[in-house]
Amino acid sequence: MGWTRKDLLSIRELDAAEIVLLVETAASLQEIAGREIKKVPALRGKTIVNLFYENSTRTRTSFEIAGKWLSADVVNFSAGGSSAAKGESFIDTARNIAAMSPDVVVVRHASAGAAEILARTLPCSIVNAGDGAHEHPTQALLDLLTIKEHKGHFEGLSVAIVGDITHSRVARSNIHGMRKLGMTVTVAGPPTLIPPFVQELGVKVAYRLEDAIRDVDVIMMLRLQQERMSSGLIPSLREYSRYWGLTLDKLRAEARPDVLIMHPGPVNRGVELSPEVADGPYSVILDQVAKGVAVRMGVLLLLAGARGEAA
Amino acid sequence: MTTRPRLREKAQVLDDAALDRALTRIAHEILERNGGAKDLAFVGLRTRGVTLAHRLAAKIAAIDGANLPVGTLDITLYRDDLDMRGAPVVRGTDIPFSIKNKAVVLVDDVLFTGRTIRAALDALIDLGRPLMIQLAILIDRGHRELPIRPDYVGKNLPTSRRESVAVRLREHDGEDRVVIEEPEEA
Repeated sequence: MGWTRKDLLSIRELDAAEIVLLVETAASLQEIAGREIKKVPALRGKTIVNLFYENSTRTRTSFEIAGKWLSADVVNFSAGGSSAAKGESFIDTARNIAAMSPDVVVVRHASAGAAEILARTLPCSIVNAGDGAHEHPTQALLDLLTIKEHKGHFEGLSVAIVGDITHSRVARSNIHGMRKLGMTVTVAGPPTLIPPFVQELGVKVAYRLEDAIRDVDVIMMLRLQQERMSSGLIPSLREYSRYWGLTLDKLRAEARPDVLIMHPGPVNRGVELSPEVADGPYSVILDQVAKGVAVRMGVLLLLAGARGEAA
Repeated sequence: MTTRPRLREKAQVLDDAALDRALTRIAHEILERNGGAKDLAFVGLRTRGVTLAHRLAAKIAAIDGANLPVGTLDITLYRDDLDMRGAPVVRGTDIPFSIKNKAVVLVDDVLFTGRTIRAALDALIDLGRPLMIQLAILIDRGHRELPIRPDYVGKNLPTSRRESVAVRLREHDGEDRVVIEEPEEA
């Protein structure tokens, strides 16, 4: 089957075959990173605009590298140095950028649904690079590619996602993707950071780290956003890290010897992950980042490489 | 999905024995032309070119004793008609050896317009600077749109543009056979 969508807005809207197609396309593009000349002409003459209203290191950089390795022209827009700072609205800015005829707009915004609004408003392809606490589909795809390469398959794997589930678009995109691919997902965190009715997404809930990580194939630790503390959702960083921080001792006591430790970055060392775990043998955190470029190449290629009858 | 017209078999061009003889002859020609197997490497174009490249490498191993490396080239990212084809399907390039200063024999099943080979040349040269590139083709069916000419040909086959040539190989199709097909009810 082929790719037929104009936009990539969420993992929720995709079916399993589409997710697998994206992951496999990315897998076959990984080889480009090892070449002497890291450039292929596939998107020559296409223009990609990175429209970022929130800070980002990994995502923006990897979209930029991905576009450039595919020979597209990549333009970065960040809200700080732009007319957005002068009060131009999101839609007005987007319409102005669209008037310059880009082929793909990659958007990150603090509001859930921002990418979808653009997709309805603009004629070009839209990639959601994170919208509020809603979804972050390319992060889930690179997580899935990492899991596939280390475990060889998806069906039947079990995953624990640990931390601030309520505010995490990474968790939401991963839960949708993993469930569609036949994986078992347990979410775990302090009750204040677990959304009500999360079981309706088809996940189990654990309220102790030790229960969540026992016998799973993958542990995905989420970043604790420090502002959660000031809003009263956790009592203190120290308490959070005592109960929810993953240390080598806890890993050795409870987890399987072949478990994968993942983290979407940026890591708060000593809060959700101890440095020995973040840099340890179970950790595939930097591998995730490397795969991020391949995944974003795959997404850009499928969206912009096909403006024929199928699109 | 575009529905292609159903094809019916018009004529058989090669049976299994003739296909094997053609590959044996090409293997000998490659060795003759290059004065042996030194610094030779095969790169097959997905999908059936790769299979043919492996078979040629096996022939050369049988004749000369040399084990030549075989790589796989996917040219999707280099096509000049990406825009016209719907979503691209990338299946990956896998060339686990350096092509630098090698005489690379590019292998494909059918040579038609030459555009695939143009893309393959670009893709190959992006991977390094080979000493030379030669082209081995099982069926040359004519209708070139670019100045590209094969070095080794299994069979020259005059065709009309509405016909198509199907190379069926044991590894993919369960039989070794080449046939001409034409649209039904044309």
